Amino acid sequence: MSVLICAIVFWIAAIALNSFIAARWPERRWARYFVPALFGVTLLVLWEGIVRGFGVSQVILPAPSLIAERFAASTGVLWIDFRQTILKGALSGYIMGCAAAFVVAVLVDRSRFLERGLMPVGNFLAALPIVGIAPIFVMWFGFDWQSKAAVVIVTVFFPVLVNMVAGLKATDPLQRDLMRTYGASYMQTLVKMRLPAALPFLFNGLKIATTLALIGAIVAEFFGSPTRGMGFRISTAVGQLDMALVWSEITVAALAGTGFYGLIALVEKGLTFWHPSQRG
Amino acid sequence: MTRVFPVLTVILAIIALWYGAAVWLNSAWVYDQAQRSGASVGFWDMLGQTMGLKRPVLPAPHQVVMGLWDGITGQKITSKRSLVYHGWITLEATGLGFIIGTVAGLLLAVALVHNKALDMSFMPWAIASQTIPVLAIAPMVIVVLASLGVKGLLPKALIAAYLSFFPVLVGMVKGLRAPDAMQIDLLRTYGAPKAAMFWKLRLPSSMAYFFASLKVGVAAALVGTIVAELPAGAVAGLGARLLQGSYYGQTIQIWAALIAAACLAAVLVALVGLVERIVLKRMGLAR
Repeated sequence: MSVLICAIVFWIAAIALNSFIAARWPERRWARYFVPALFGVTLLVLWEGIVRGFGVSQVILPAPSLIAERFAASTGVLWIDFRQTILKGALSGYIMGCAAAFVVAVLVDRSRFLERGLMPVGNFLAALPIVGIAPIFVMWFGFDWQSKAAVVIVTVFFPVLVNMVAGLKATDPLQRDLMRTYGASYMQTLVKMRLPAALPFLFNGLKIATTLALIGAIVAEFFGSPTRGMGFRISTAVGQLDMALVWSEITVAALAGTGFYGLIALVEKGLTFWHPSQRG
Repeated sequence: MTRVFPVLTVILAIIALWYGAAVWLNSAWVYDQAQRSGASVGFWDMLGQTMGLKRPVLPAPHQVVMGLWDGITGQKITSKRSLVYHGWITLEATGLGFIIGTVAGLLLAVALVHNKALDMSFMPWAIASQTIPVLAIAPMVIVVLASLGVKGLLPKALIAAYLSFFPVLVGMVKGLRAPDAMQIDLLRTYGAPKAAMFWKLRLPSSMAYFFASLKVGVAAALVGTIVAELPAGAVAGLGARLLQGSYYGQTIQIWAALIAAACLAAVLVALVGLVERIVLKRMGLAR
């Protein structure tokens, strides 16, 4: 019980400190990092306190310390799953899907007929529960990572396509007229003016697609996979009530997802430094 | 007409491609079967047979439509083979989860806008949590809640709620902050209390953001429900239909469930759009 009381005391102290900092230095750089970090630590402490204090069964919710222990003990398995699901399934599918969407977007942009016909269909498909195609693709492409990559290709394709087509329209008439008075060819206009102008939109789509790629790869494994991979491990570990391992897998997924997103955001910052949203 | 014609062309092209692919993918099996029985099949024979296989690699469009038609009208709607029955179970969980998620997202967004400390501590985590594949947690939530004795509708609804919660939260925080400094200053010079600031300025200006996130949220809730139906031997719902179809190689059943889910998603998004138009009109915001 004393663990729980300590946790609650820590919680109240953290709230007080955070409120104080937020009121005193809301715009400081260190405060913008420190406040959320303390909030995260507080959540972990509360979690530990509640689980220990009330003696919650490990099957229902393992304590963070236990998860950390399991994580450290099973890094080998976690690395195998990470390679199977993230590197082979999600990443390869992500690259192929985004590249295909990019090419199709440029083609769609050239033809008004294609744009009028394809975009409503694309917008419709983008809103559908695409994860549902997973069982079909597992049947077609086998149990290994190829079927997961195929699911990821289809899930990331439409969001990137829709954003990229919007981006290619993002130049104003004045700029286009200027290129025309320079006598620029289609390719020159595309490469020097329209693609750079489309980048902020493209990265918006790419960022949305990072999450979708991980979801697609993991969910597709629920429909069948070789004896490795994060989705496989999660569903079998749940069956064995090994919740600490499940939480370790979730930690890996969270880290991978955040890292993946952060990487894309970093590239975006480097390439679209001129855009208003990147200033300040 | 200039808008319908291109769309129709694209849809027709997709159907034509689909038929072609069905013939191409299914022909191997037909030839294989014929060779085993020692018979030889001509081209037209093969064409006819690929259209009517029981477990095709890729069912032809008319087979899917017939599967769908049979699933919707061919059974009693209480039957376990009826898509209406499974669709209704999925729809229930989606609806409940969507309502829970929307209310929670709204309340938290209002709290975040009015409390600086909460905003600074919570918002970075809310954004970071979007990069986490939350669906990975779904099987665990189902099993844990089942071991606590909570079964049926609620666990699925909670996963749906979790998925629709973040779009609403992020959209509403953005929307409630949408009024610019001039408008806020104007209300301040009127001496408006905080409540009036909220009801007369912040809430109306957030409506466009609110409905945009509702559309994302309702589609996400449906995906959440379907995935939640996969693990732990789910027996009912569109997700369970997908899983059973994949176990028994019933491709037509998978495609019918998939199309049914797609139609459900489209109808739900259209419904939100309808509510949006009515509400914006009543609030005098429609353009």
